[in-house]
Amino acid sequence: MFNLSKKDLSLLILVAVLTLFAPFILNPFPAGSAMAQFNAGYPDLMQRFVIFGIFAIGFNILFGLTGYLSFGHAAFLGVGSYAAVWMFKLLSMNVIPAILLAVIVSGLFSLLIGFISLRRSGIYFSILTLAFAQMMFALAYSVLTPVTGGETGLQLALNDPRILGASQTPEGNIPVPGLFGLEMRDSADLVIGSWVFTFNVGYYFCALVLLASFYLSIRIFRSPFGMMLRAVKSNQQRMNYTGLNTRPYTLAAFVISGMYAGLAGGLMASMDPLAGAERMQWTASGEVVLMTILGGAGTLIGPVLGAGFIKYFENIFSKINDNVLHSWFSFLPDGLENAVVFIIHPFIGKGWHLTLGILFMLVVIFLPGGLVEGGQRIRGWLRSRKSKDNGSASHETNPAE
Amino acid sequence: MDAIILQILNGLDKGSAYALIALGLTLIFGTLGVVNFAHGALFMIGAFCAVTLNRILTLSYTIIDDTQKDFLGNPLKVDVPYVHGLFGQATGDAIIDWAVPLSLIFAIPVMILVGVVMERGLIKHFYKRPHADQILVTFGLAIVLQEVIKYFYGANPIPTPAPAAFKGSLDFGAMLGFDPNLIIYPYWRIIYFGFAAVIIGGVFAFLQFTTFGMVVRAGMADRETVGLLGINIDKRFTIMFGIAAAVAGLAGVMYTPINSPNYHMGMDFLVLSFVVVVVGGMGSLPGAVLAGFLLGVLESFASMREVIDIIPGINQIIIYLVAIIILLTRPRGLMGRKGVMED
Amino acid sequence: MSILEVKNVGKRFGGLQALSEVNLSVKENSVHAIIGPNGAGKSTLLNCLVGKLIPDTGSVMFDGQSVLGRAPYEINQMGISRVFQTPEIFGDLTVLENMLIPCFAKRDGAFELNALASVQSQKDILEKAEHMLEEMNMADKRHMHAAAMSRGDKRRLEIGMCLSQEPRLLLLDEPTAGMARADTNNTIDLLKQISDERDITIAIIEHDMHVVFSLANRITVLAQGTPLVEDDPENIRGNPKVREAYLGESA
Repeated sequence: MFNLSKKDLSLLILVAVLTLFAPFILNPFPAGSAMAQFNAGYPDLMQRFVIFGIFAIGFNILFGLTGYLSFGHAAFLGVGSYAAVWMFKLLSMNVIPAILLAVIVSGLFSLLIGFISLRRSGIYFSILTLAFAQMMFALAYSVLTPVTGGETGLQLALNDPRILGASQTPEGNIPVPGLFGLEMRDSADLVIGSWVFTFNVGYYFCALVLLASFYLSIRIFRSPFGMMLRAVKSNQQRMNYTGLNTRPYTLAAFVISGMYAGLAGGLMASMDPLAGAERMQWTASGEVVLMTILGGAGTLIGPVLGAGFIKYFENIFSKINDNVLHSWFSFLPDGLENAVVFIIHPFIGKGWHLTLGILFMLVVIFLPGGLVEGGQRIRGWLRSRKSKDNGSASHETNPAE
Repeated sequence: MDAIILQILNGLDKGSAYALIALGLTLIFGTLGVVNFAHGALFMIGAFCAVTLNRILTLSYTIIDDTQKDFLGNPLKVDVPYVHGLFGQATGDAIIDWAVPLSLIFAIPVMILVGVVMERGLIKHFYKRPHADQILVTFGLAIVLQEVIKYFYGANPIPTPAPAAFKGSLDFGAMLGFDPNLIIYPYWRIIYFGFAAVIIGGVFAFLQFTTFGMVVRAGMADRETVGLLGINIDKRFTIMFGIAAAVAGLAGVMYTPINSPNYHMGMDFLVLSFVVVVVGGMGSLPGAVLAGFLLGVLESFASMREVIDIIPGINQIIIYLVAIIILLTRPRGLMGRKGVMED
Repeated sequence: MSILEVKNVGKRFGGLQALSEVNLSVKENSVHAIIGPNGAGKSTLLNCLVGKLIPDTGSVMFDGQSVLGRAPYEINQMGISRVFQTPEIFGDLTVLENMLIPCFAKRDGAFELNALASVQSQKDILEKAEHMLEEMNMADKRHMHAAAMSRGDKRRLEIGMCLSQEPRLLLLDEPTAGMARADTNNTIDLLKQISDERDITIAIIEHDMHVVFSLANRITVLAQGTPLVEDDPENIRGNPKVREAYLGESA
């Protein structure tokens, strides 16, 4: 089905199940209970999961396959956001043209930047992409204010033309992004007992786009093109002496991943119609690198896991404060309780970035293949234990992914 | 003419900071072959050494001074620094006033220690890993260091003044025969420039005239050959890392009066310093210094009103623009050596 | 009829004249060895043939067309395949994938955005690669990571990858350097077999006289960047100039 191997198809189904049932999976605790703070089934958080998932899937096509480490990919996401918001301002509040324009514009930008940056490789490539992204950030922040809204960002206004839509709603408000009458912010609640599950139009729209993006990335990974990209990472010299021109291959990968970033940016603007320069800053580029590495660069599902993992814990960690900690450790004697809370304190709340940095270092040091490699190791360990129990050593070797 | 001199002077202090950071980055890259994204964090830690010493020196106890009254007529509470008790009031105040220069002494051992621990504890294990891994792990380290500083010192910039003797400015223009007040230049910036020149000269002399430096230079040229000679190059490289850390740290200490230190200053400078290293030529020490000053001065020229009027926003992007042009026309940078990172 | 014509090629690196007035003519379907002491300019000459270096003077014609100024991948597509001194293969990929890549390059050219079809659906390419692996006696290793193989196997794979492109000229740069005797002999046999069974010209740069005299039917001796003599193996053996310049040293 879908022209995929059995293994890839099951991966796609897994992601489909995870995303489509996310409102249930992410809300395992009844509302109002003490554990409810670990719920993550809110529309805007779930939207972030999938949008950053798309961003990371695209980044992985470049970094995971070719090994070219771009430190400026957030610029394409930012460009996509701006393009989408302009479409909302000028054309209509329908998200389709906005997202299309976002993808096209970011594709053009990545074509230009990729064409120049890919003339160098290694660290030089990283620095070039970083320089371009910082340049775009600086311009968006200052000189290009008429186009980008500068420091305040680009927002919708009541007097925007919106030639195919209405400048204002009958009530005199700014209209909201939608898809042929479905508003992105619409939600339906399902109450079962004391559980509340929220189904949001915007989330499901993003989720479907994620599935399509994921499917496309599987196809690219399994295609001759994907194999060529892995060959670029492995040995460029051999590529050249095999009659292959590596530059169009890397450029195509760069543009595809730039368009994924633009798609993510367009979706972001569709969920919340504003765009700011800070989305383009190099720290934002660093974040997508983190997601991809943490999940497992070069694997199919890794970037999705990495994005979900980081965004989930970002949300949870930011919410935990000392009071929460005290309530958790209240079973300990007072002195010990205070000591434990004191030790954990720097890592929670605003300390999330510290936790993230440490986690990231640990992953790079001990688990360069990310969560996916971790999972494989655990599986391998379990299997070897099992086979030991059975008294038979089964040496099953899978061709590594 | 006067405007040009002024811009050159203005560019020198930022250029000095770029040059000092880029020098350390190049030393580390040239000797250890590691691309260190945490180098900016070392600059920042240096700056916070000054903040820390300042705080230590101004540690105070409170007394109630009956001779003074506050506006309600109650006896005034006065904070008395402990150094007053140790050295007397006049000497104590002088010590506090000179906190930034004194921090240099404090920062050297701290920075060397930080550098050596970093190299032995983390970076050593990454020599044989791909450059991408080195970038990633040092990037992670930079985040951690930055967040630790933020945790202890907060997110706001902390003003750290220069000694009173160096407040005020030099009327440089008058000395050259221009009208007074055309070219004025703060004393501390002159100090910073001179300091940078001394450090840079010191590093070069050290590499040029000592046996240690000779081995390091040989190692930069060809690590394997030096290893074959049976010289314990690893130990020397650890020390080199400590020195590079100290150079970055001292640059940070002295920069505090120019820009109040904050936790993300390291990253701000790092991105630009990388650009500087690449423009100068990966692995070339003179290139790093030259490019540092060049870009500092260029940046300052680009912020002139006359230039901005012609090309708006050029001051924001000039460094990146120059870097892109240089990388594309001279792939090895201004003074890069053949065979360094040419893959 | 000669397939490769090198005329008056010179190359200078700063103060060093690496090559000067090199003339060389490789006959179609011959095995032509280029020998010479270290620093004679063998590798420089080879790099000029494959587009890595551009000579300062002279011309290099392959099958009547100039190769100068073309990128390595373009020269490869003209029909020149290169085997490196240390085997250059795709270490992170499986052996089968290693073989697939040149097959795709042969069919699709320098670049083809074939991003949606799966590799498994390209039956013609798969068949060709499998066939080539069998010919190279490595079909049983097809799912192995190429980097995990022995050096001899890597060399064999690299030669197989080059052959799968059906080149007209195969250039080998010291293909047995650093190999054990047994591996060297295997490589000699393989190359002999290739030269006998295929419509192919082989040019080989080699240090090892055993390899040269087992394989070559024409030899050019290079010394100090310029050809000393070009002749049949028997005559080379007896040539006093060659003995002096090269064999004398190593004998």
